[in-house]
Amino acid sequence: MKNIFITISRKVRSTRFGAFLYKEFLHILRDRRTLIILFGIPLAQLLLFGYALTNEVKNIKVAIADYSHDEMTKQLIQQINASSYFKITEIAHSPSEYNELLRSGRVKEIIVFEPNFSKNYVANGKANIQLLADASEPNTSQLIINYTNAIISSYSQSLSVLKNNPASINIKTRMLYNENMKESYNFVPGLFAMILMLISAMMTAITITREKETGTMEILLASPLKPLQIILGKVTPYFCLSIINAIVILVVGTQVFGVPVKGSLVLLMFEILLYIFLALSLGIMISSLVSSQMSAMAMSGFGLMMPTILLSGFIFPVKNMPIALQILSNVIPPRWFIEINRSIMLKGGTLDILWYQTLILMSLAALFLFISFKKFKIRLE
Amino acid sequence: MIRIQDITKSYGKTQALKGVSLDVKKGELFGLIGPDGAGKTTLMRILMSLLLPDSGQATMNSYDVVKEYKKIRMQTGYMPGRFSLYQDLTVEENLEFFATVFGTSISENYDLIKDIYVQIEPFKKRRAGKLSGGMKQKLALSCAMIHKPEILILDDPTTGVDAVSRKEFWEMLMRLKAQGITILVSTPYMDEATLCDRIALIEKGNIFGVNTPQQLMENFPEDLWSVKTASSLYQTAKKLQNLPRLISVNSFGQCLHVVLLKGKVTKADIITFLEQQGETNIEIEQIQANIEDVFILTTEKKTNPVSL
Repeated sequence: MKNIFITISRKVRSTRFGAFLYKEFLHILRDRRTLIILFGIPLAQLLLFGYALTNEVKNIKVAIADYSHDEMTKQLIQQINASSYFKITEIAHSPSEYNELLRSGRVKEIIVFEPNFSKNYVANGKANIQLLADASEPNTSQLIINYTNAIISSYSQSLSVLKNNPASINIKTRMLYNENMKESYNFVPGLFAMILMLISAMMTAITITREKETGTMEILLASPLKPLQIILGKVTPYFCLSIINAIVILVVGTQVFGVPVKGSLVLLMFEILLYIFLALSLGIMISSLVSSQMSAMAMSGFGLMMPTILLSGFIFPVKNMPIALQILSNVIPPRWFIEINRSIMLKGGTLDILWYQTLILMSLAALFLFISFKKFKIRLE
Repeated sequence: MIRIQDITKSYGKTQALKGVSLDVKKGELFGLIGPDGAGKTTLMRILMSLLLPDSGQATMNSYDVVKEYKKIRMQTGYMPGRFSLYQDLTVEENLEFFATVFGTSISENYDLIKDIYVQIEPFKKRRAGKLSGGMKQKLALSCAMIHKPEILILDDPTTGVDAVSRKEFWEMLMRLKAQGITILVSTPYMDEATLCDRIALIEKGNIFGVNTPQQLMENFPEDLWSVKTASSLYQTAKKLQNLPRLISVNSFGQCLHVVLLKGKVTKADIITFLEQQGETNIEIEQIQANIEDVFILTTEKKTNPVSL
């Protein structure tokens, strides 16, 4: 068996293209920096997004200012404290303390109960709670207020049910496709787009420009190798490595972060391959436009990573962007890939829903390939 | 074997080649002699079909460098000016790679590169980036030779290589020539010119004087004197600027090479002139021109003509 493998590998290496491939793999394996970028960055990003960079609030410190001290406020305070989101760390006794509590950062929110809270409720069917939040971090404060509201309203609903109050409107919310509002449902499809773009496009662009920079491209061009062989030889190893990376992300995403794949795994893999192919052609295009590794790195860094993070809908919803940016986001491949990914993984999307996005990805890939073949030089300049 | 006719090439406003014509015969070791920036690399890249000429034609082994570049690439070995092998691959891996790319194998053409390769074979497991300058050149030459090319094009192969390795490198070129390979080699070192069968002097995109090095030196049209005095070369040269019928003064090692109009000035004239200028310990003798003298005289004449 081993012998057969050796003979096959010899056979492959004795062809022009096989020798080129072998050489490329040697480059990658011998360059520690590349290896770290290839496998370290995806894992680091997954872990960062999974464990460190999270929007989910947990154990937020809050202060209570209770001017009523009755049975209802006690129950409410207990419920708030019992939730995993909040931790009551301070008690305020007068409004003069509020500012200092928030400013010093000792608490993120102050919950104020008016005097005679339960008396007012019983008498008027209405009682007031004031929520003071530190909005210097708008996103967090919004989340905190939402969670507080949820606790309070569920409490008030339970009261209405108890009292059989006919006037209350009962809202029951279900967050479909992500019932528990897990962050990982958002970042795993997003990271897919980002990491594959980074590995495939940037590494391809760098590896081709490296040959230009070290002067070896001059020899390759002066050899009987065809331009197509040079490009395919450069790209194939990264295609394989990107697939390995995609599998790693998929396994970590589903097994560690519990993201489901509700749709067809085959369709998902097909879309991933399409996206990798597109990213590679983008990398080839970049390498045909610039001549140094530095500019290739800059161009793929700023030109690809920023739009991938900011304009793809990964972090900021496309629908909230100004019209100009919405239009721009149409030509950003990750935007479509993230849509496809989310649909397949979370909603069980099928090709008859996703054919439009798939077609766009295919067209973009064809466009990038066309430009690179037009721009690739069989000569120096 | 190599025929170049009226090739011009510009990069933006700079004209790198201003109508260059040249013929290299089969089996010849032909030297392209000129300083950096003279246009040597441009010319070689055009021959390798890596650049397109603006006008003019060139053929290699009667294949047109523009239209039939694919055939040329199979039959030519090329060594660019910069060390252009894979630094992270070993000596052996580099050689194997280029052999396979050219559709051959090391064992098939081992005889051809044996003389060169045996010198670096002990280091075949070493990465190319860790070789010394001389060994890098030997490896690059082996890689350029591995597919048994009929023509070798070597762009400044000895730049940045120590004197001993340079000498060895030229000995290898002689042996390759003996096997019938046509070699076009460029160099900025004038002393290497004498090792070529024929040379062309190139400067600022023009070619002057194509001939054997011996003929070029013998045909030196003016009188050449070597002068040495007690004071510094710089001061003596400054004084000599005022010598009547002078064409040029250049320092050359420990002495000055003084070019004067042929047959117009005698040894005594020069001595008297220098003594009048207060020079002592004057050593003077008429010498045979070397390639550098020829180069300076011809290029200076053409680029800024001296009034005679």
